Amino acid sequence: MSAVNVTAASKIFNKGTTKQVDALLDVNLTVEPGEFISLIGPSGCGKSTLLRLIADLLEPTSGTVTVNGKPAAQARLDQDYGMAFQHAGLFDWRNVAKNIELPLELKGWDKEKRKSRAMEMLELVKLPEFAELHPWQLSGGMQQRIAIARALAAHPSILLMDEPFGALDEMTREYMQGELLRICAQTSTTVVFVTHSIPEAVYLSNRVVVMSPRPGRITHLIEINLGIVRGEATRASNEFFHGITAVREALRGTRGDHVDDLDQAAKLVTRNVDDR
Amino acid sequence: MALVHRLRRSVPPLIFGIGFVVLWEGAVKVFDLKPYFLAAPSKILEQFFDNFRLIREASTVSGTNAFIGLIAGTIAGVLMSFLLSKFRILSELMTPLAVALNAIPIFVLVAVLNNMFSITSEIPRRIMVTLVVYFIVLVNVAKGLTQVRSTHIELMRSFAASDMEILRKVRIPNALPYLFTSLKIAAPASVITAFVSEYFGGSQNGLGSRITSNIANSKNASAWAYVLGACLLGLLFFGISILLENGASRGAAKEYNNT
Repeated sequence: MSAVNVTAASKIFNKGTTKQVDALLDVNLTVEPGEFISLIGPSGCGKSTLLRLIADLLEPTSGTVTVNGKPAAQARLDQDYGMAFQHAGLFDWRNVAKNIELPLELKGWDKEKRKSRAMEMLELVKLPEFAELHPWQLSGGMQQRIAIARALAAHPSILLMDEPFGALDEMTREYMQGELLRICAQTSTTVVFVTHSIPEAVYLSNRVVVMSPRPGRITHLIEINLGIVRGEATRASNEFFHGITAVREALRGTRGDHVDDLDQAAKLVTRNVDDR
Repeated sequence: MALVHRLRRSVPPLIFGIGFVVLWEGAVKVFDLKPYFLAAPSKILEQFFDNFRLIREASTVSGTNAFIGLIAGTIAGVLMSFLLSKFRILSELMTPLAVALNAIPIFVLVAVLNNMFSITSEIPRRIMVTLVVYFIVLVNVAKGLTQVRSTHIELMRSFAASDMEILRKVRIPNALPYLFTSLKIAAPASVITAFVSEYFGGSQNGLGSRITSNIANSKNASAWAYVLGACLLGLLFFGISILLENGASRGAAKEYNNT
């Protein structure tokens, strides 16, 4: 059973009005358990919309979305996935431990169980001494680690992330990428990750999904073969550069105004999803 | 340390205030200003203590009106803001009106209200204070309940939270600081409204009417003494709202982190 299955999904906003936007058109995507998938593309390509369809925060106009073999709505109610956003979204009136306990509170866990799970999650993100602090006392990177701890607190099998490191500086960002891979390996979590950054997508993913706008659709699926264990050496490896080049070329192909070189456009067709 | 720091910070404005009063006293003496033009601070203070019992009684009348209106207006404002946050259509109808009413001196309505009740009734004034407080609280608390980060709402939905849980765990905690901000505005406003309401007729027992009647009788220093009483009453209300805010934020933090 695949972790996520999107079949012929379309999402049209303001349908039938002059403001109609075809956010997604006929998208198919399958994510296997344990896989790390990145969605990348220019603004308006529908990558965040696709993530929200999987999360059942939006309903598709047509098509189906299943998560862990269930309809997305049921998966949301069962808390089959955890979610993290660009804005960490911690609650200032709760301390760090209480923030992590939030999904467990909503599941009706008792106090002792919540407390021990929160500590366990703090150990996982290596911030155990920060339990009693309030979010505003933490740096951006730390807040994001707490947000990940919260998303994973109920041990969901899937983690959905919407540009979680987009607001962090480059150094913190690379550190967070390493931490995310470690955490996901340790908890064998499946990840769907939306990003703007090509190196980030390549470094993290098993597969990179390249999308293009107007209407939003998937144009390329690029396999990344960097192995399971990735580290500083990975960033300097040839495979890493190959991956980056492949994603970059695929992205160029998605922007009509940049494809003035017909030869290059022709080459891209060989990697096109439709030809697979 | 913190106390010393706070004391040190309050020294300059204190010196400024005392200096101002000394200058006032000096100006009255030097230029030989007549009491009907400007009373000397020493005379005002003298009048204040001579008439202390009367000023206290008048303050009690105005203060009670302000307090009852403040409580009633806060309760009504909070209840209405819950309704507004629940029903968007209601909010679209009400909010522009509430904002507009906040910007105009609606306390002149008390003249109309006075007509509706007996001449000695305090009810028109209390209704007036209630109305003024109501709109201040309504606009602010409704904002606190509705202007929640979209990330927070999406997050709660991803955790399968119901609307009720989102209200309890996100909207209400988010609105609490807005409530106390509105109380900080509403508390002095309630006192001002209570005074001004007395200018439009009714029993002559409150601070506002005493000020006007003393001025009408050219008892300027005495009128100033009542003004001083009004200032003290306003400060008392403001102080209470700040104490409430400090207490509530500490209490809220405690509750969230101990349960």
